[in-house]
Amino acid sequence: MTLALKNVVKRVGADTHIYDTSVELVSNQFNILLGTTLAGKTTLMQLIAGLEKPTSGEVWFGGKNVTGVPVQKRNVSYVHQQFINYPHFSVFENIASPLRVARFSKADIEQRVGRVADLLKLTPMLGRNPSELSGGQQQRTALARALVKDADVVLLDEPLANLDYKLREELRDELPKLFQDRDCTVVYATTEPIEALLLGGYCATMNEGRITQFGETAAVYRRPFDLLTAQVFSDPPINIAEVTLNDGRFALNDQVGWATARANLTNGSYRMAVRPHFVTLEPSSEDSIKLEGQVLVAELSGSESVVHFEVDGLSWVSQSPGIHAIEVGKTTEFYLDKTQCMYFGENDQLMAA
Amino acid sequence: MSKITLKNLRHSYLSNPQSDDDWALKEMSVEWSDGGAYALLGPSGCGKTTLLNIISGLLTPTEGEVWFGDVEVSHLPADKRNIAQVFQFPVVYDTMTVYNNLAFPLRNRDVNESEIDWKVREIAAMLDLSDTLKKRASGLTADGKQKISLGRGLVRADVNAILFDEPLTVIDPHLKWILRSKLKELHQQIGNTMIYVTHDQTEALTFADQVVVMQEGEVVQIGTPVELFERPQHTFVGHFIGSPGMNVLACELDQGRPVYGGSAVETTGTVAVEDPSARLEIGIRPEFISFADQGIAVSVEKVSDAGRVNIVETRHGDDIIKLLVPDGGHVPSENAFLKFDPDHTQVYANAWMVS
Amino acid sequence: MNKTTYQKAWFFVLPVVALVAFNALIPLMTVVNYSVQETFGDNVFFWEGVKWFEDVLNSERFHASLLRQLMFTGIILAIEIPLGVAIALTMPKKGPWVSVCLVFMAMPLLIPWNVVGAMWNIFALPDIGLLGHAINGMGIEYNFTRQPFAAWFTTVLMDVWHWTSLVVLLAYAGLRSIPEDYYQAAKIDGAKPWAVFLHIQLPKMKRVLTIAILLRFMDSFMIYTEPFVLTGGGPGNSTTFLSIDLVKVALGQFDLGPAAAMSLIYFLIVLLVCWVFYTLMMKDEDQ
Repeated sequence: MTLALKNVVKRVGADTHIYDTSVELVSNQFNILLGTTLAGKTTLMQLIAGLEKPTSGEVWFGGKNVTGVPVQKRNVSYVHQQFINYPHFSVFENIASPLRVARFSKADIEQRVGRVADLLKLTPMLGRNPSELSGGQQQRTALARALVKDADVVLLDEPLANLDYKLREELRDELPKLFQDRDCTVVYATTEPIEALLLGGYCATMNEGRITQFGETAAVYRRPFDLLTAQVFSDPPINIAEVTLNDGRFALNDQVGWATARANLTNGSYRMAVRPHFVTLEPSSEDSIKLEGQVLVAELSGSESVVHFEVDGLSWVSQSPGIHAIEVGKTTEFYLDKTQCMYFGENDQLMAA
Repeated sequence: MSKITLKNLRHSYLSNPQSDDDWALKEMSVEWSDGGAYALLGPSGCGKTTLLNIISGLLTPTEGEVWFGDVEVSHLPADKRNIAQVFQFPVVYDTMTVYNNLAFPLRNRDVNESEIDWKVREIAAMLDLSDTLKKRASGLTADGKQKISLGRGLVRADVNAILFDEPLTVIDPHLKWILRSKLKELHQQIGNTMIYVTHDQTEALTFADQVVVMQEGEVVQIGTPVELFERPQHTFVGHFIGSPGMNVLACELDQGRPVYGGSAVETTGTVAVEDPSARLEIGIRPEFISFADQGIAVSVEKVSDAGRVNIVETRHGDDIIKLLVPDGGHVPSENAFLKFDPDHTQVYANAWMVS
Repeated sequence: MNKTTYQKAWFFVLPVVALVAFNALIPLMTVVNYSVQETFGDNVFFWEGVKWFEDVLNSERFHASLLRQLMFTGIILAIEIPLGVAIALTMPKKGPWVSVCLVFMAMPLLIPWNVVGAMWNIFALPDIGLLGHAINGMGIEYNFTRQPFAAWFTTVLMDVWHWTSLVVLLAYAGLRSIPEDYYQAAKIDGAKPWAVFLHIQLPKMKRVLTIAILLRFMDSFMIYTEPFVLTGGGPGNSTTFLSIDLVKVALGQFDLGPAAAMSLIYFLIVLLVCWVFYTLMMKDEDQ
């Protein structure tokens, strides 16, 4: 079912939570809303669900204007960040609750709940109470409840944020499979770029109440139209530097520069952006440019090292595979892959990538 | 300041523990040096908070001893142990200003006002709280409040250790890394013993010189971040640290050499397994596997684009083997061969490393 | 966050609107009507303007009963709030004794007002009442039907007995909501029990205590049944609080106009004090 927002605006008092937004989401796919905490993801989802009413504009479900239709009549499911289950119901009853409301027959309910429970590996827990489950199982129960009723639109608002990261990894792997053969449009909000990438599908990057770009997730990531989208879609934060182009040569400063064959660019100044994983501790190719900087912060995650460093007062972030012992304060060499730089011109629009 | 020693420590929340499962904390003996930065890392329910509470004195262990330097403190209450603790949810005294919050532990100990003033200002400067000293603590954001909780521990000159219990839980995701690196920086400035409990690998590896990985009440490895990544002593460490975690594949042993899928797997060093019935596995991280012209035959099942790398899921028989291919690298479409890096292939017997 | 407006929902509010109109608005308007007119019965009314209000505000009798009322409310607040908090602090935090204590505490609240008055009347009788007899037995002369001080003492004691539990229950609920982390942090900071009370328990109880003070203020300011049954306002006029006086004027003397004016002034005082109090407490909260 197609899901479209037409010139939707949401204001609360003097604050505008959503600025004039028009977008048509892709049917039967994951549509990811990516942005920081206050970007407007939740508000947009509540507008779609019908929990909030737009100040102006329209919400369309499959060729029907549903703007004034209350949430009960929209056939949507909503899963929140917190695990919301009925505490006094068993897992079975929790999953069955939307079906009971819709007056399904007993046999039908048992069959459907059984199928969803199987899919989400909840079958052994059906008799238990939510309080006896782990966080991951509680969120699976909430997901099962959203799946069981065959909603046209499934809204998932940061459903993995409250889980330990190993559980998050596991559920993130399973989620696309769960929705694969279903006739429903999924809207999924997240703050993490990596989560958006791994879920795939389509992605809308959001910033301060606006959608900055919408398209295939991988395409938005690799070809952001503007600098803001590139910033939203980067964790650790993308590196940004002012460069000047003069007769086929970019100059970062007096010492560092590189030749370019990009014929479409005129001489002048540009903002260059490069993702942290193209600034590494070891050169990735002959095209690498050496930067010498002082280490400010070193962060180690499971299998990569993120190093913040400073060159001539400008902060850089580098992301290298593997765990490296890095000394803070020491001058260290980093290598920038010049072929991976993106250049933004007037109004921070992408000029070349 | 002093070193912390745990001797034959064991704890159960039950009054009469019988089986192994009754122990929330299985027997352990550990020595932590003065001024070190340690992290207790593990999934929820692994006993890391129990261990922290035993060190701080909020819990008395069922068995064993806790020593701070040459003093046994096993039975001393929390307020007699001279430790500071930062909790999951920030604790501030709402009615007081930030200044008074920071001064509170010193005033309780009858330190004279001029010394308090000097100390409070010094710590406030370190924590970037100088501008807010006159504000009411209740008006600050979560990260500001958490800094106050931390500051109240730092002002005291006599603390044996500063303990952190998942201190970044309520901090906004995009502020986490700032506070994370701030903590590291403070440790380098102050040089206190710090113990940090978390389930987040990034927090643990970033903060600590030595990470204590725990699972089901047991310490499975204590090591530097590099050691945990390159030489996991236990398959759980390989699985829990790293994203995606280590591939663990059932194998056989033929004259001291591991055999997987019919072909010998190269490793460095020799393998000696005493128990012939032990469950044998090889462990290799996705980072150390690559496609090759020959080797272990697999079929490519799924490729996930993670930006920096592609996570490739391959299948060999019933086993799923994950490997990482750099962005732009070649991924065969169907059938392929894998090569394991011998330097980073380990053999495990009953989940413990034997190679 | 504002939710979808679902217009039909307004119909569900109708019964309440009707109910409020019936039991609050209409009687209040009747009183307003009486307060500006003079009547000698037979539904004949003469317009008097604000004369009754002037009379009441200038009457010494009103001043005296208002003063008594304020004193009474002040005394019982000064006793019940600290006492209630103190009892709540000593109550167990967990275990089987919690429910026993709670039931015990709730008991006085379950007894109807007039029964409380009658109970204490008998309890405090100097000759046969347990309390009265005991005090006299100690050599202190005590007779609440004759000595103003004894009458006050008994009335206050009765109110404290009846209503401290309410404060205890509210304060206890407030205390229970403080996370254990706070106590642990305070322990580690080396805070003494008094500092824990002042800087953790009291601030965290502020909200419920505000409600407790408001409820006790309103209730005690409008107290009628218990002192009426206990002392009937005497001896003399010594325990004639505002409401008792009001009933005397309205039903005893049948001066409907002044009584109506008096009730309105009374009503406005309660409203004003509550508003001032509430705004002051909440202003603090917003910061």
